[in-house]
Amino acid sequence: MSEEKAPAVNQLGLSKADYKAGASTMCKGCGHDRISEAIIQACYDLGVDGRSVIKMSGIGCSSKTPAYFLGQSMGLNSTHGRMPSFATGAHLANLDMNPIGVSGDGDSASIGMGQFVHMIRRNPKMVYIVENNGVYGLTKGQFSATADRRSPSKRGKFPREESIDLCGLALELGAPFVARSFSGDKKQLVPILKAAFSFDGLAFIDVISPCVTFNNHEGSTKSYTHQKEHGVTYHDPFFIAPKEQIDIEYEDGELQEVTLHDGSKLVLRKLEKDHNPAEISSARSMLMETRDRGEILTGLIHVDTEQPSLAEVSGLSREPLVRQEQGDLRPAAGVLQGINDSFRI
Amino acid sequence: MNPVVNDFSVRIATPNGTGSQTSNIVIHRALLRMGLAANAKNLFPSNIAGLPTWYQIRVSPGGWQTMAESWQILLPLNQATIGKDLRESAPGTVVIDNSDWKTADSAFEGFVRYPVPFDKLARGIDNAKLRPRLKNLIYVGVVAWLLDIPIKAVREALETVFPGKTEVVDLNESAAMIGHEYASENFTKQDPYTTESADQVGNRILVDGNEAAALGAIWGGVSVVAWYPITPASSLAENLEKHIEKIRDKDSDGANRFVVVQAEDELAAVGMALGAGWAGARSMTSTSGPGISLMAENLGLGYFTEIPTVIYDVQRVGPSTGLPTRTQQSDMLQVAFHSHGDTRFPMLLPANPGEAFSMSCQAYDLAEKYQTPVVFMSDLDLGMNNWICDPLEEPSTDFDRGKIASDEVIARLEKWGRYRDVDGDGIPYRTIPGVTLHPDAAHLTRGSGHDEDANYSESPEVYSRNLDRIARKISGMVVDLPEPILKPGQGDMGLIAFGTTDWAVEEALADMESTPDYLRVRSFPFHQQVGEFLENHESVMVIEQNQQGQMAQLLAMEYPQLAGRIVSKTYYGGLPLSANFVREALQSASEVEAR
Ligand SMILES: Cc1ncc(C[n+]2csc(CCOP(=O)(O)OP(=O)(O)O)c2C)c(N)n1
Ligand code: SF4
Ligand SMILES: [Mg+2]
Repeated sequence: MSEEKAPAVNQLGLSKADYKAGASTMCKGCGHDRISEAIIQACYDLGVDGRSVIKMSGIGCSSKTPAYFLGQSMGLNSTHGRMPSFATGAHLANLDMNPIGVSGDGDSASIGMGQFVHMIRRNPKMVYIVENNGVYGLTKGQFSATADRRSPSKRGKFPREESIDLCGLALELGAPFVARSFSGDKKQLVPILKAAFSFDGLAFIDVISPCVTFNNHEGSTKSYTHQKEHGVTYHDPFFIAPKEQIDIEYEDGELQEVTLHDGSKLVLRKLEKDHNPAEISSARSMLMETRDRGEILTGLIHVDTEQPSLAEVSGLSREPLVRQEQGDLRPAAGVLQGINDSFRI
Repeated sequence: MNPVVNDFSVRIATPNGTGSQTSNIVIHRALLRMGLAANAKNLFPSNIAGLPTWYQIRVSPGGWQTMAESWQILLPLNQATIGKDLRESAPGTVVIDNSDWKTADSAFEGFVRYPVPFDKLARGIDNAKLRPRLKNLIYVGVVAWLLDIPIKAVREALETVFPGKTEVVDLNESAAMIGHEYASENFTKQDPYTTESADQVGNRILVDGNEAAALGAIWGGVSVVAWYPITPASSLAENLEKHIEKIRDKDSDGANRFVVVQAEDELAAVGMALGAGWAGARSMTSTSGPGISLMAENLGLGYFTEIPTVIYDVQRVGPSTGLPTRTQQSDMLQVAFHSHGDTRFPMLLPANPGEAFSMSCQAYDLAEKYQTPVVFMSDLDLGMNNWICDPLEEPSTDFDRGKIASDEVIARLEKWGRYRDVDGDGIPYRTIPGVTLHPDAAHLTRGSGHDEDANYSESPEVYSRNLDRIARKISGMVVDLPEPILKPGQGDMGLIAFGTTDWAVEEALADMESTPDYLRVRSFPFHQQVGEFLENHESVMVIEQNQQGQMAQLLAMEYPQLAGRIVSKTYYGGLPLSANFVREALQSASEVEAR
């Protein structure tokens, strides 16, 4: 046997392989697999203990992917469009766990639109990823609600209804963390995912994730080629973990920093234009302008670290509810007596 | 004229939302203060203000808690329904009406009438701002005069309605006195109905089923509550929140050991409850028919992936919006086999607040022990009406969290798998994410076909084996589900009922000479005794509150060989079931036999 090089390990002593799970059953080249890889990379880099993560999903090709990343984490593959409610319940039951919600554009923008909207209003701490391909992959290529009107199907038909921009909607709903990325751009997606993990609130990421089988043809606005040609971003993100010392070469005014709840930082190096994601008006106008030009804006679009999370506004104990025992939960002897007395006639 | 003491019903008709509810409650409470086990039913419309509402208070020597079909005293104080109210009253009924309305005298023919100029008398209330509300108290005074209810009892009733607000109590009392004085000055008693203090209540309490169920949930250790408003279930979650804030101990930082979320709809409510149950917390959601319908798909997931949670269905009249403020037991078949695919949900069938408390508390043990959604089947009558019942009883058992795959358990078991039937009872060992840390523990819970180790599988054998195990697990629950209660009669005929139907049955049987054996079913799947009961009786009448005889159908399905013995009798008009209905049903059955 030849001598093997010891595999690289992270601060937990885990190798990248420890963050993988079952073999993917996605079509070869499917954008969703690239997102799974980015999640694995981000968690490996961050040194996340997989056992502190819960993977929540709905139904669709995208929602199947939790089976293909973080094999040490438990997960719940729920019903179509209902991931947000299952994730909210699981989150409230155990604040120690970090939920990653994976959904599709069908799952979130159609059947689950109500839950998507109310999840944002509620602002639980979790990462919410929509793997957006403009089609229903799993049911074989019907248009989804994020399909652009000018984007024909493989058979040359056009959607008859206006498309929904989930980032625009999330902004409108007051989401505290709104980002868009592309499954073909790990350099951008990985730091955004890391920032999302470090965020105490709902971190929403719309990831353009081409469906190679039903929506990667010429003319499609959700294809690899289209995103490469029309995707624009205003900054390069770098993620700096708490206590990490990284020197980035920069010129004055070139860098913006977002300090996240756990002390980590997302450093944004400005590209062509000024866009301050902390300013909602800037986020809105950037999104509008790019859309009008037929471009697809990616990157961290908006962040607001001040918004209180669901757990905070609920006055919920930091000690997870799942760890509370009978002595904590059942009222002491005598309390029922008092209640009975109050019901006496 | 011989006096009729403590045996009458008073029916009060008023427009909804006019504040008459307070007056009605005061009359009811004053009777209770006299030691009478008075019962009150609130027949209210689906409306905030304006539509007719009726409140019926019954006093009976037996202290029965059912609504009588007829009444002896009527207060037709809703101009929109006075004609109908009078037409529906039997000759000889005592009528207290508003003489300011100038209703034709002929309308009162055959009645014992006490006309009261309520509008004119109301002008005697000094406080102009409160006059419209206080006006209702005038009829309280008239009724107190009529039935010889001591003013002291009225005052005490006011004190329970407005605790600690002496000034308000005074204002209300003086308004009531206006009616009382008018009646004593202007009327001589022409009817026999009167009251006398008695000791019908004893140590018992007055509570509605929703509040009792809410308290049961707190004693059961619920910590994640998700709900969406719907009559008649709302007050369950609302009472739960009210009580849990006060009586659940806070943590050392003063933070809550519970969370209540008002969800965006019932799909989300049950999703949150299931998510929390999956994560290892005791969770619940409460709803009524329309919400139960919406929960179908997610409950199927809960059944198939074996997630504990508790669902409260406070049934109302369907289908669709139906009669949303009236009572029925009409979700039985739907819930028993809720969701698509082959499912079977355990149902608890409480009949009174005591059971609402104990079964609600027990539901959390059942859900966790058997790793399944458990459905608590109440109804509007139980949930929203007040009942005199025994004090709520402290649970005698500790939490049973069932089989948890802790790290030690996984290490001990030769091969752990989320859905492995290690003990041969169909119940697997469940994990708690973040608590179970053993490297073999991680798995993905999925609603698609899965094998013993929770891996995706489309194998016909694996799928069938899994489904059979779950079915076996659910059937096995009977050992822990509330047993049916048998009340032996003369044994020729059998009678089966469940839930609030029990009150009418009990009352009907009390004054019958020859009574059937009566079995009150308290849960589904059925205990062996239920099958035996069918076997031991040639004919078994099943009385229930829905059109299709849903319990009768469930019984026929479970015991097809005995289905021919079942005689289904149903009432589905939405009013609380009367003892008379039961009497007539039994009467008709014995006539058939005699033929
Ligand atoms: C209630 C319900 N309706 C319909 C379906 C069928 N269905 C399965 S996946 C899917 C669409 C998935 O699309 P998307 O969320 O975009 O995921 P993708 O496959 O594109 O990743 C539909 C309609 C279902 N599973 N459940
Ligand atoms: S159908 Fe499309 S979305 Fe589904 S796996 Fe294949 S490429 Fe991916
Ligand atoms: Mg899709």
